[in-house]
Amino acid sequence: MNTSAVAVGEPEVHGLIESKSPSRLAWERFRRDRAAVIATFVVLFFVCIALLAPLVCKVLGINPLTLDRKALNDYGLPNGPFGAISRKHLLGVEPGTGRDILARLIYGARISLLVGFVSTFLTTVIGVVLGIVAGYRRGKVDAVISRFTDLTLAFPSLLLIIALTRPFTQRLESMGVPEGNPARLTYIVLVLSLFGWVYVARIVRGQTLSLREREFVEAARASGAGHWHMVFKELLPNIWAPVIVIISLSLPGYVAVESTLSFLGVGLLPPDASWGVMLGDSVKYYRADPTYLFVPGIALILLVMAFNVMGDGMRDALDPKSDRQQLG
Amino acid sequence: MSAAVDTPFFYFPVARLLRIALTRFIVRRIFFALVLLAAVSLFTYLLFALLPTDPAALTCGKNCKPELIAANRVRLGYDKPIYEQYWQFVRGIFAGRTYGSGDIAFKCPAPSLGYSFNQHECVSTLIGKTFPVTAYLSLGSFVLWMLLGVGTGIIAALHRGKWQDRLTSLVTSIGVSLPTFYVGLLVLFSVVIWLQWLPFPHYASPTDNLHDFLTAMILPWITLAVLSAASYTRLTRNGVLEAMNEDFVRFGVAKGLKNRTVMRKYVLRAALIPIVTIAGLDFAALLGGAIVTESVFSLPGMGRLAIRSVTDSDLPVLVGTTLVAAVFIVMANAIVDIIYGVLDPRVRLK
Repeated sequence: MNTSAVAVGEPEVHGLIESKSPSRLAWERFRRDRAAVIATFVVLFFVCIALLAPLVCKVLGINPLTLDRKALNDYGLPNGPFGAISRKHLLGVEPGTGRDILARLIYGARISLLVGFVSTFLTTVIGVVLGIVAGYRRGKVDAVISRFTDLTLAFPSLLLIIALTRPFTQRLESMGVPEGNPARLTYIVLVLSLFGWVYVARIVRGQTLSLREREFVEAARASGAGHWHMVFKELLPNIWAPVIVIISLSLPGYVAVESTLSFLGVGLLPPDASWGVMLGDSVKYYRADPTYLFVPGIALILLVMAFNVMGDGMRDALDPKSDRQQLG
Repeated sequence: MSAAVDTPFFYFPVARLLRIALTRFIVRRIFFALVLLAAVSLFTYLLFALLPTDPAALTCGKNCKPELIAANRVRLGYDKPIYEQYWQFVRGIFAGRTYGSGDIAFKCPAPSLGYSFNQHECVSTLIGKTFPVTAYLSLGSFVLWMLLGVGTGIIAALHRGKWQDRLTSLVTSIGVSLPTFYVGLLVLFSVVIWLQWLPFPHYASPTDNLHDFLTAMILPWITLAVLSAASYTRLTRNGVLEAMNEDFVRFGVAKGLKNRTVMRKYVLRAALIPIVTIAGLDFAALLGGAIVTESVFSLPGMGRLAIRSVTDSDLPVLVGTTLVAAVFIVMANAIVDIIYGVLDPRVRLK
């Protein structure tokens, strides 16, 4: 990406007009976007908490698995106002079991973010590879990949994901994936990637098709560049910008989809919990313990929103047009 | 289209050539959609047929006699090889199908998508009963979200950088981040249970009881519309801003046209075409069953039929609803492509 031009004009001007690489320009635009910077810190905060979950819980003196019967009343509901929020349980306890909600939230962030990151990684890799291959080779290869894309898009994905959960997790378990939640998580990630790569591939293919016709690619081809050089040195560096934007905008999507799946009953089994599972649980206690309904929900909204705002900031920063639009 | 004919390059032979190309394009596009549908039906059928579950054993409860299962297997044709089963299935769609024979025969007229032993109905009848609910839901929210999304998008674009723009950008970034099921539940709980402004929704068809229909529909309409409108606001805003930078818009301004005319005839027309296509696809996806919204607001639509068939392991209904949803998606794609081809000659000449 280092296309910084050698200073044009007399040497005296050199100090005044600084030559900047496109990535540096993008970074400076991003830094000026206050909302995006705040969102990035929120995302980093959540990621750190998820990574350091055991440590954070130890410092706070809480444990996601400890059953605190004392915090519950005779009906098994939190004993105290606002879901029994207290010094000991900063966000209250779970009805029925008395497990600390904050601790579950912290550990739940691990699972929600894991699903988001792994699905995004897989869809991006598959989508970029197939998209570039289709756009670069064109002809029959492109036709096959594009028809496959059309077929995938024709299915109602949410329904299929739910319908195939049981048989496919059983199949995964028989293939040696540990029974229970590991198998369920593997299934969710695989199936989300299976339906998700299509969108990435479509955009990358379109980009590649238009890049092919550009002069600098033509020049590389004319000077006898091989396929590897064309893909890695000419095409990929110019596709990164839209891909980064897709990544940052699809990750919150996967976190939200996972929570929807949990709500519809395709979630993890207790005692593990993602934020989606907690949301699905909390619905059962909407009357007796409304606090429980809001805690995981607000956490989810904060995370998804932070990712979205960060993604928007990246899109604006990476798109040179956004500057022009500001000028009018 | 008249604008294209006006330009000097479109003298007679080219226009005729384009018209031939257009018919060919439409025929080809419809043919492609049909092939895609055939592939989808085959794939769906195989996927569910190859599952380790025995569809015949699912036809009656847990304390079922093996003889009955065996009889049902023959009656539903599950004893035959899979390609023959699929062939029977496809024939049923066009010619109708009778399951079993003699006293206990179930006849499903065309288009037959199978027979549900769980609910003792033809799948097509079940879908026919639930589809209107989904259609009302989709249509109502679609109209609301287009008005809301496109309207606020235009306002934001016209007041770029001012408080109206900032407010919409804040609200839309919240809107696109909210999971539908969570917002739906919060709306339902707060309006119906905490505030008690509305009775608990009981769906009734609009011809039977308009009052019940409206009280059951108003919350899902609003929820779905507001959440979907968020991304349409953004699309419209960016589309309008982009179109305002185009040369033909500057040309219109330079020609001395009124701002209002330029906006309506040049900017909006250019900005809205891609938005209408995306809206068509979104609308079709909803028609295939708004699973989440219907589950949250307990509307007896196709999405809930599908979800229930998953929990009840009702394979015929599952295959049927998946296929109908796929038909909507493929059809919408084809229609959108054809409209695009009519509006933009470059698409069909490729």
